[in-house]
Amino acid sequence: MSKNLRINKNNFIDQTTRISFKFNGKQLFGYKGDTLASALLANNIHLVGRSFKYHRPRGIMTCGSEEPNAIVQIGNDSSLTDPNVRATEIELYEGLEASSQNCWPSVNFDIGGINNFLSPLLPAGFYYKTFMWPASFWEKYEYFIRHSAGLGKAPTKSDPDIYDHQYSHCDVLIVGGGISGIISAKLSAEKGLDTFLIDDKNFLGGSTIYQENEAYKINDIYSNEWLAKEIKSLKNYPNLIIKNRTSLAAFHGYNYLLARENLTDHLSISDRKNKIRQRLWKIRAKKVIIASGSIERPLIFSNNDRPGIILSSSIKKYIDYYGVKTGENISLFTNNDSAYETAISLIKSGVKVNVIVDIRKNSESLIVKEALDLGLKVLWESTVVETQGYKKIKSFEVMRLSDDGNNVIGNKTKHNCDCLGISGGWTPMVHLFTQSGGKLKFRNEDNVFIPDQNKTPTNQISVGSCNGEFKLDEIVTRTIENTKSFLDLSKTCYDEMKINCPDEISKRNIWLLPSDKPIGKTKPFLDFQNDSTAKDVKLALREGFKSIEHVKRYTTTGMGTDQGKLSNMHALGIIADTTGTNMGELGTTTFRPPYTPLTFGAIVGRNVGEFFDHTRKTAIHNWHVKNNAEFENVGQWKRPWYFPKNGENMHQAVQRESKAARDSAGILDASTLGKIDIQGTDASEFLNRVYTNAWSKLEIGKCRYGLMLNEDGMVYDDGVTTRLGENHYIMTTTTGGAANVLSKLEDYLQTEWPELDVYLTTVTDQYSTISICGPNSKNIISKIVPSLDLSDSNFPHMSFKNTKISDVNCRIMRISFTGEHSYEINIQSNYAEDLWIKCMEAGKEFNLTPYGTETMHLLRAEKGFIITGQDTDGTLTPSDLQMDWIIGKKKFDFIGKRSLYRSDTIREDRKQLVGLLTDDPKEVLEEGAQLVENINTKPVEMLGHVTSSYFSPNLNKSIALAVVKSGKKLKGKKLIVPMENKNINVTITDTVFYDKENKRLNA
Amino acid sequence: MFLINCPYCGERDQTEFSCGGEAHIERPKQPTELSDDQWAEYLFMRKNIKGVQFERWNHAHGCRKWFNMVRDTSNDKIHAVYKMGETPPVK
Ligand SMILES: [Zn+2]
Repeated sequence: MSKNLRINKNNFIDQTTRISFKFNGKQLFGYKGDTLASALLANNIHLVGRSFKYHRPRGIMTCGSEEPNAIVQIGNDSSLTDPNVRATEIELYEGLEASSQNCWPSVNFDIGGINNFLSPLLPAGFYYKTFMWPASFWEKYEYFIRHSAGLGKAPTKSDPDIYDHQYSHCDVLIVGGGISGIISAKLSAEKGLDTFLIDDKNFLGGSTIYQENEAYKINDIYSNEWLAKEIKSLKNYPNLIIKNRTSLAAFHGYNYLLARENLTDHLSISDRKNKIRQRLWKIRAKKVIIASGSIERPLIFSNNDRPGIILSSSIKKYIDYYGVKTGENISLFTNNDSAYETAISLIKSGVKVNVIVDIRKNSESLIVKEALDLGLKVLWESTVVETQGYKKIKSFEVMRLSDDGNNVIGNKTKHNCDCLGISGGWTPMVHLFTQSGGKLKFRNEDNVFIPDQNKTPTNQISVGSCNGEFKLDEIVTRTIENTKSFLDLSKTCYDEMKINCPDEISKRNIWLLPSDKPIGKTKPFLDFQNDSTAKDVKLALREGFKSIEHVKRYTTTGMGTDQGKLSNMHALGIIADTTGTNMGELGTTTFRPPYTPLTFGAIVGRNVGEFFDHTRKTAIHNWHVKNNAEFENVGQWKRPWYFPKNGENMHQAVQRESKAARDSAGILDASTLGKIDIQGTDASEFLNRVYTNAWSKLEIGKCRYGLMLNEDGMVYDDGVTTRLGENHYIMTTTTGGAANVLSKLEDYLQTEWPELDVYLTTVTDQYSTISICGPNSKNIISKIVPSLDLSDSNFPHMSFKNTKISDVNCRIMRISFTGEHSYEINIQSNYAEDLWIKCMEAGKEFNLTPYGTETMHLLRAEKGFIITGQDTDGTLTPSDLQMDWIIGKKKFDFIGKRSLYRSDTIREDRKQLVGLLTDDPKEVLEEGAQLVENINTKPVEMLGHVTSSYFSPNLNKSIALAVVKSGKKLKGKKLIVPMENKNINVTITDTVFYDKENKRLNA
Repeated sequence: MFLINCPYCGERDQTEFSCGGEAHIERPKQPTELSDDQWAEYLFMRKNIKGVQFERWNHAHGCRKWFNMVRDTSNDKIHAVYKMGETPPVK
């Protein structure tokens, strides 16, 4: 275990800076520049986790974001821990603590591993088929499934880290800093364009930067040296921004892209203090160049998932870039030339390469020759049929392939190894291209889906291997060509290029490699994270699943956190082979954002805590706070709910407030009501059209209550509108409806009635409203505005006066939402708190009592006034509310009028608003409670429900409003409100409980 | 996330706009003369087609103006933007 597999020679890892870290509690060391995966491999640790379903031991398989196995939990702090992190992506830092996921009690002894021996019982769709019955058992099943198959632990405390959002509006965004991305970036920057280059690694140059092989040359120098010089030269362009450790999450339409920049995850914990952890870039690019590269495919054969089986190109990166040997007796298994490059790198680094198993008949390319010259042994036209080794591969068995590739023939030979590199060819990373709406085409020669030039959204191109270009000369020359024409360049620094590289001639592909055993006895894994095998895909096809999207869901292939980056192509290939379909016709599954997972922190950025949503406070808010108000959220508004005194609870406070308002005087901050200023020569006509009642004859200085419907005839909003002048009104709306009412009115004005000369302006924030009600309200107002004649003849109910209070203009409306004699003062908001205090002082001798929304609701319910949104729910017409009096039947038209006599709206058995009295006057109903007539019929018929319910201190009994089927005709009828442990008897009444004759308005 | 060329403000991010559904459905001039079925046709029936669609949009967090837009719902390509009352481009 404590073997050191690090070689000394390499340029990328700082072997002078040692970093200590812990894995599964064990203290280990690595170097600056390592990933967790490379450091683990250097410590000879392959086994890092267990698979999802069978809990098979799994090892590090790749070196990038496609990693399906090495998924770890970082840290154990309950607020900072990070689940589902790929060991191949996390950079090593001092003090890093990581642990395996999905295994219990430990990675070496895992109880769920028993599933592996039960695997014949766990085929595709197993969960669907088994745990569905009996339904009542589901909770028990769920417990066990969740307990044994979790994917990491979520933090239990809130995230203390800082996240940020930033916008970029660049000319050109380049995604990927490999050789193609670098070439495109330099061309773009040279032209003077604002260029943004992002790469998910901490270094630029992709795989070319560590490709040190004399077969690859650009302008007569090694390709890696050439590229290193180019990267250096990028510093000369101030118009080029380079973001490392930044991965693209999503590519939306119109070149809108999201990228996540990691700023501190690679730093030691102490260096992270007060720094932004991640930044979400919101990029609107004029042009996008995708240079996202390609990833190597695995090969699909029995038990191809053992720890120590690693993608060949990853073995190469571990040795060439990190200086880490993934084993000391390595063999390779391939269908193409790239494994030979790995072999050459290994041999040059002094690692024994036992044998290369190659499914092809032969290959005569330069790179193969070079490997053979180094003494490499190749088994041509052969395949691995089986592997051995539980926690790490020990050996593998090889047989010859038949000509057609469907069978194996001859003798089986066994080869020992401690690492097996596999290479099944390359898959262009087309995720981002398809996310943006691009369509793919299939290239038969090498079985790849590549961007279809003719079906590429405008203002983007793909360059390099993500565009299906795999040979160095092709990559360089086509990237230059394509970038030049895309950015409209003529002469550039790359106009004369000389490239040497070997040519791959021989190709052979077998999606599912044959074995000497029947398929039922093999375990050829496709999706390593979700444990789906080629067998599962075949079973799904036998069971009748045809669409690739269905097969994917049924077998869970490609549904892990790696989104099937490794497995999708093989699944498609096997489906195509089995069903005799061409892969191009089959198409791919949809690639959905995010390409790599995003943290919630990055998504919300700074919009957390008090910044999550806007809070609106009235101008009098500070006074309410000082006077112990409890607040209620009404939309974004904070409204005083009630003002408890001397330890009162809500009920006690509301009873006191309600009584005071009727006995003497109450004061309410009504500033949150929406206020819309309406002006124009057609203002009256406009109101005629938007309200159900008539407005033309309303005198200047008078107020009127209006009901606004939707075009479907349902009540939408209500409020009092005052005529300030010939062509000038001020409309009030409900607090919650203010913005929507304005939008709706604007919509009609702009689109249906553009001929009307009307202008709407919201003045909700500009004016504050103080409402004073009760028999002493008149006395209080007369103290504040002594000059104003408050007599009923001069200032009757439903009228308004312009006046001045201490030289400040204000409007006083005599309107009432409580049924009491009442005034509403509208004043410019910056004078509102001052006026409120004045009112309180003037009202002292009359016990003027501040009250909140709860008392307001109670007082209006005593009068049977509705609250839209509480007593209505978008399904009630004015007639349903017993408000037929407000319909201007003689009016030619208004919004919703025609709907009031549709066959459905004139039904007599619609739910209608009624009053309810409980037989026991002390019993207060629950709002939302159902109303029934007969409790014994089954099913019990629900007749309606309670919409408002209070104990009225003024009537000394419980009162409620409800909607009941045919309610208008049922006055006096007894109904039952069935509750959990009792039935409450109620009687339907009139909706007005208090002062039916409206005497108090003029009291 | 589209970029929408508001006819009053110019190009802005989609987040500033809200969509008001199908365009060119005129409110009947004399609703009272319509049968229930005719009124229901106006009130409830809206197309939601895959392909080129005429839509109403509002620059809700901008100039608050309503305008019309021709959008291909299959690829979100915006073919035209024009003011309320202007003649729609030929399909
Ligand atoms: Zn605009």
